[in-house]
Amino acid sequence: MNQALVLNIQRFSIHDGEGIRTTIFFKGCGLHCKWCHNPESQNYKMQIMRYEERCKKCVACIRACPNNAVKKLDGKIILDRDKCHACGICVDYCAYNSLEIAGKYYTSDELVDIVKKDNIIYEESGGGVTLSGGEVMSQSIEFLLELCKKLKKIGIHIYIDTCGFAPVESYRKIAPYVDTFLYDIKTLDVEKHRQFIGEGLEVILNNLIEINKFSSNINIRIPIIGQVNDELDGMSNIANWLLENKIKVQCINLLPYHNTGSTKYERLGLSYDHESMAVPEQWKMEDIKNIFKEKGFQNIKVGG
Amino acid sequence: MKLRGMNERIRNLRKESVTTDPRIYMERADLMTDAYMKYDGTVSIPEMRALAFKHFMENKTLCINDGELIVGEKGDGPQKSPTFPELCCHTLEDMKIMNDRELISFKVSEEDFKLQEEKIIPYWKDRSIRTRILNSMTDEWKACYESGIFTEFMEQRGPGHTVGSTAIYENGFKDYKEKIRNQIESLDFLNDSEAVSKHEQLKAMDITCDAIIILGERYAALARDMAEKETDPVRKEELLQIAKNCDVVPANKPETYWQAIQMYWFVHLGVTTEINPWDAFSPGRLDQHLYPFYKNEVSKGRLDDEKALELLQCLWVKFNNQPAPPKVGVTLKESSTYTDFANINTGGITADGQDGVNEVSYLILDCMDEMKLLQPSSNVQISRKTPKHFLKKACEVSRKGWGQPAFYNTEAIIQELLNAGKTIEDARLGGTSGCIETGAFGNEAYILTGYFNLPKILELTLNNGYDAVNKKQLGLKLGYAEDFKSYEELFDAYKKQIKYFVDIKMQGSNVIETIYAKYMPSPFLSVITNDCISRGKDYNAGGARYNTNYLQGVGIGTITDSLSAIKYNVYDNNRFTMKELMEALKDNFAGHDLISHLVRNKTPKYGNDDDYADGIMQEVFNAYKETVNGRPNMKGGEYRINMLPTTCHVYFGEVMLASPNGRLAHKPLSEGISPEKGADTLGPSAVIRSASKMDHLSTGGTLLNQKFTPSVVKGEEGLDNMANLVRSYFNMDGHHIQFNVIDKEILIKAQNNPEEYKDLIVRVAGYSDHFRNLSKALQDEIIGRTEQSFGTIAE
Repeated sequence: MNQALVLNIQRFSIHDGEGIRTTIFFKGCGLHCKWCHNPESQNYKMQIMRYEERCKKCVACIRACPNNAVKKLDGKIILDRDKCHACGICVDYCAYNSLEIAGKYYTSDELVDIVKKDNIIYEESGGGVTLSGGEVMSQSIEFLLELCKKLKKIGIHIYIDTCGFAPVESYRKIAPYVDTFLYDIKTLDVEKHRQFIGEGLEVILNNLIEINKFSSNINIRIPIIGQVNDELDGMSNIANWLLENKIKVQCINLLPYHNTGSTKYERLGLSYDHESMAVPEQWKMEDIKNIFKEKGFQNIKVGG
Repeated sequence: MKLRGMNERIRNLRKESVTTDPRIYMERADLMTDAYMKYDGTVSIPEMRALAFKHFMENKTLCINDGELIVGEKGDGPQKSPTFPELCCHTLEDMKIMNDRELISFKVSEEDFKLQEEKIIPYWKDRSIRTRILNSMTDEWKACYESGIFTEFMEQRGPGHTVGSTAIYENGFKDYKEKIRNQIESLDFLNDSEAVSKHEQLKAMDITCDAIIILGERYAALARDMAEKETDPVRKEELLQIAKNCDVVPANKPETYWQAIQMYWFVHLGVTTEINPWDAFSPGRLDQHLYPFYKNEVSKGRLDDEKALELLQCLWVKFNNQPAPPKVGVTLKESSTYTDFANINTGGITADGQDGVNEVSYLILDCMDEMKLLQPSSNVQISRKTPKHFLKKACEVSRKGWGQPAFYNTEAIIQELLNAGKTIEDARLGGTSGCIETGAFGNEAYILTGYFNLPKILELTLNNGYDAVNKKQLGLKLGYAEDFKSYEELFDAYKKQIKYFVDIKMQGSNVIETIYAKYMPSPFLSVITNDCISRGKDYNAGGARYNTNYLQGVGIGTITDSLSAIKYNVYDNNRFTMKELMEALKDNFAGHDLISHLVRNKTPKYGNDDDYADGIMQEVFNAYKETVNGRPNMKGGEYRINMLPTTCHVYFGEVMLASPNGRLAHKPLSEGISPEKGADTLGPSAVIRSASKMDHLSTGGTLLNQKFTPSVVKGEEGLDNMANLVRSYFNMDGHHIQFNVIDKEILIKAQNNPEEYKDLIVRVAGYSDHFRNLSKALQDEIIGRTEQSFGTIAE
């Protein structure tokens, strides 16, 4: 049976689409946005996260690890991530909750069973499931098709929350089962895209044009990062592009950057670029909102 | 239909109500003692009770507070709490404790002490029901009671906990006298062996009708007297109207909305001074009772919403003026509050099954919103037919974070009543009173008998029936923890212990019930409870149409997680041995970090929609239900369970050592059917799913608390979220849900005690996270932000 790696399943999710939803965060993403507040969602493998401040240096994890991936050096516990297979044994043996494992494999049936649990709540609230990530569309398309077909069979409303960086063929295949796409655009500046996000701007824009052929329910989500993409010109370009390409935009969400994910980088042994990003000013958010308003877009919201 | 805030009159009355210190009111004890001295032995017991009640109504000090429109106090002013020496004769030490204790104190004056010492104690010391009850209890019962296996509701308060008949809005007490007279005339002294006792009972009921009529007349006279001396023409007019109202009610049926409220209030005073019934007395479906009066007068232009709301607010003040009778000992611990649990039901459906929401329902929501008083407890009944507008309006009040209104499921209440053998008509008129207890309003004596400590019984089961806290052998000797070779063996022993303790509890309750039936009849309460007159029987002796005794199970979250911890770790996965677990419990988990971690963090828990844990919950619940439900009480009715704690989960925790789920010694148990604190980590939908796996419909009520951060309930979408959660839970047959909106203070506590608030989820930026997993700096920021977003809500 096919399986997919899932970072988290959030029930009673009220910020990822209509009604009360269950959001499935798949693990792994082809982009590496510097501001990503869930860096543990980028890697396609299971990972151990360490909460340094909780560690009591009891070395239970060192004794438990079957791969000799944990060492004590100069009074510090060091995890060698190259040796770590993320088997999770140390997590159970850490009595102080300083270890967590990010990622768990699920079959489509297991996911359907979890989604089904809140059926009564979806019916009452007009909710459903939101497939998110990481990047849901960069998961195995066979798995996603299998999952979406099963969900549709029992009448579950499906949102796909995507950054757009996935094979165009995948979007074509999945579109018939998707009620609404939540589609991220960050910038149209190729150089900036490369610097802060990675390759793929062209792919992302082409995919949106392609989806637009199949779906009339597209919500555009734009993270606004101070010092990166918060200039009004850049936003104007996005608005114009959407108009030129006649994208059927239902709603635009402007998501102000927040540096809340920064501590997670430490837990994964990664570094975080504090310098080049900033929280956008409130007035700037309003100005950006007005740009879209002036261009004739409806339903523009600041925040999720 | 949002009206402006409180007017000056209401502000003043409310201020007086909330700033006055509760005091003991001795006049009742004094007058009752005189009456008992005079009549005891000369008339039947019911008549003596009635004559004493009448003596009190004839002689008690009256008061009409400045500006009030609804009159009558239990004492001689707001926050005066009468004592009931015939039920519980307080020692001087009791009174000193009441006076000195920091929480729930009642001031006692020098004269009060003197009267108690010289008159009350000498007469009542050996006569009070409490003495009689404690003398009648077995040693086993006493040992269990002292060890916190169960509590006893009736040891210092009378049976009550009910809602009167709607007939009080269609009949005056003169009409009741007529009915009683007819009943007496129809007694068959030739063939009915009970005719004499029925006659005594009916005569007593008749006397109490006179008593309440006298109280009304005295208030009419006082109001006229005050009107005469009043210089302010507006107040003079009001006092004259109060006098006219009291000329009509309670002797005659009410003619106006104002009189209907005054009628209820006189009845409330009668019931709550005749005896000190548990959970006071409740108006029940007040919006439906008042609606015909409201509609009639509004259509004639004699009443507007402003006046109608003001009168409701005056009634609210009246409720709040009456603290629960002073409690002592275990009874104080199980119900440590001034609240006397008068509970008002709003919404629901009508007797013929139509949507029951009317204009008065909305006024009541406005009233509770503006008054924000401890009492009366206010709730809304939500049925499938309830308009979403009303539901959302109730959510709007509830999200302000002070816990009211609570939400009740009309369809579940009706099913519960039908399952307990009531007719559909009686079921539709039913509701909840006290905390969450289901009753067939006006037709039922539904008595709470006590709380039952489900986790403590596991503690005893693991120790061969021995209570290590009180150093006593309490339970059956079925072996020690390590003797149970399988989970099934352990659970079987647990079930046997439950049965053993339920038997002890019920035997005690049956004796107590009989004592009340015989020595403590409540003829006034009987007059306004359907069928007591026609049966010629007292409320306390089975006179009501239905007679149910509830036994309230406490700590379902704690017991489920404890059994899950044993089953999952010891029997299913061999992560540690029973011996190691018992060591850890004995040491209060000190030095057993790994076991503590595994049971707290790596074990399936109730509240997460996890069938492993929820299945255990169902087994415990069913075992308890099957042991209790359907067993006969002494009034021709049955015992049933419900699942609520009031404050007893704190007391029941105090009497326990550490439990297998990682709960430390003497810490509170889980409350109601809510998960153990910090055990539920998947949010509200998982909680309601877990809770709904319990068979609510076979209970007499369950209590679920749900926490929210302000951001989840913010704005119009937030109201939709709450409303949708309520409807979803009710579609799953949930009985009750109430909301706590987490404020800044709680977030600060969560920051300091992350383990206790493991379940707390906060909205961070574009995502939500567990509060405990955020850095200190971010937590601080969210604490700041929460205050801000809460401010937005309060607009």
